[in-house]
Amino acid sequence: MVEKSMTPGRDTAAAGGTTAPAAPVPESAPEHTSGLPPQRHGWPLWEVFVRSSRGLSHVHAGSLHAPDAEMALRNARDLYTRRNEGVSIWVVPAEAIAASDPDSKGSFFESPQGKDYRHATYYTKSEGVKHL
Amino acid sequence: MAQDLQSAGPDEAGQAYFDRIMAEDSRIEPRDWMPEAYRRTLVRQISQHAHSEIIGMQPEANWITRAPSLKRKAILMAKVQDEAGHGLYLYSAAETLGTSRDEMMDALIAGKARYSSIFNYPAVTWADMGAIGWLVDGAAICNQVPLCRASYGPYGRAMVRVCKEESFHQRQGFEILLELAHGTEAQKEMAQDAVNRWYAPALMMFGPPDDDSPNSKQSMAWNIKRFSNDELRSRFVGMMAEQVKVLGLSLPDPEVRFNEDTGKWEHGPLDWEEFKEVLAGRGPCNAQRLERRREAHENGAWVREAAAAYAAKQAAKRASTAADDLDVRKVA
Repeated sequence: MVEKSMTPGRDTAAAGGTTAPAAPVPESAPEHTSGLPPQRHGWPLWEVFVRSSRGLSHVHAGSLHAPDAEMALRNARDLYTRRNEGVSIWVVPAEAIAASDPDSKGSFFESPQGKDYRHATYYTKSEGVKHL
Repeated sequence: MAQDLQSAGPDEAGQAYFDRIMAEDSRIEPRDWMPEAYRRTLVRQISQHAHSEIIGMQPEANWITRAPSLKRKAILMAKVQDEAGHGLYLYSAAETLGTSRDEMMDALIAGKARYSSIFNYPAVTWADMGAIGWLVDGAAICNQVPLCRASYGPYGRAMVRVCKEESFHQRQGFEILLELAHGTEAQKEMAQDAVNRWYAPALMMFGPPDDDSPNSKQSMAWNIKRFSNDELRSRFVGMMAEQVKVLGLSLPDPEVRFNEDTGKWEHGPLDWEEFKEVLAGRGPCNAQRLERRREAHENGAWVREAAAAYAAKQAAKRASTAADDLDVRKVA
């Protein structure tokens, strides 16, 4: 059985595979650095941040490939806000993001050990005092 | 030898860290150390999943021009666009493991990559749009909801997004079948015929039976997979057995029943030889699907080239304007 005439419809969003790189290969994105040797890439990679409504921060939504910032914004709109998920989008070249080293968890981030006094719950003598 | 000993150090620490993450049922993130086999398994699974979404656009795109109303046309376009989006979320997740998008695309187009066997069956009537939404997307949801908790962070996050969007797909399919089932006698027959044809392939989407699924055990140990193939299939059959009553149709399987002793739903035998044949590339539409994907990729080449050329031109223009500004400042 074969389907009736396949419609050569638009297939735009599937055009992920690319040729002719227009910008340098990103290698240092936080999400996209695996420690493996750099691979062949087409368009550069962009990280997408979406503000879901006024008053909230932009939150990382995912990533995409695009030849330039303008196209990255348009692609991000089509890919990450098809259902009113956002009122504002940031796209950032993945290579422009500096990230902390995942292996330095202990030494890079200050130890919270014995530093309960940084939290309000440490101070118990004021319990019962109103508006404090 | 000395080198081996040296490299064993970080790996051992990495393995210990990885094991602890697994024991805590926490998440692995892209830059964490992970066993090579874990990385390979994920790249294989996520890219196959992405390919399935991309190839899965075809059976439905095929019906956009012949959808029975403007409303159905708009819905179908939105759904096909979603499938493309799902493919892109998943390719992004797979890329975080160090495999490039181009590599994955090339593998698909060259016929070296696998995708879900279900998309190699033809969509021959409008009722198939209903059966695909209800049964195929229904089975996909059953499979995907537990994947939202997969141990690999980017995969789980992509699945959360996919699952949110997928429920509209299943409901619109159900609605198509419901309307046909309450239409003329011929429409009801068409709906039943579509359910008859898609039922078994949809059940096989969960993969081979547990005793013939060699990779399942490891995937479960790695918290990628949360439930076995048969477990998920049984759950799915139970849901469909109830929902089909609302449709006023029937499942083409007289052996579907709830087993009081095991507390599980059971179904009749499935043709696993057919499953293997389709996976091996000998299904009814394998050649057609790949050919269409190749064609779409090639036909889109000029768009990709034009966009890249435009981006390069704009970048050059910006660079020369910046240089001019600099000159002006020097003169001033």
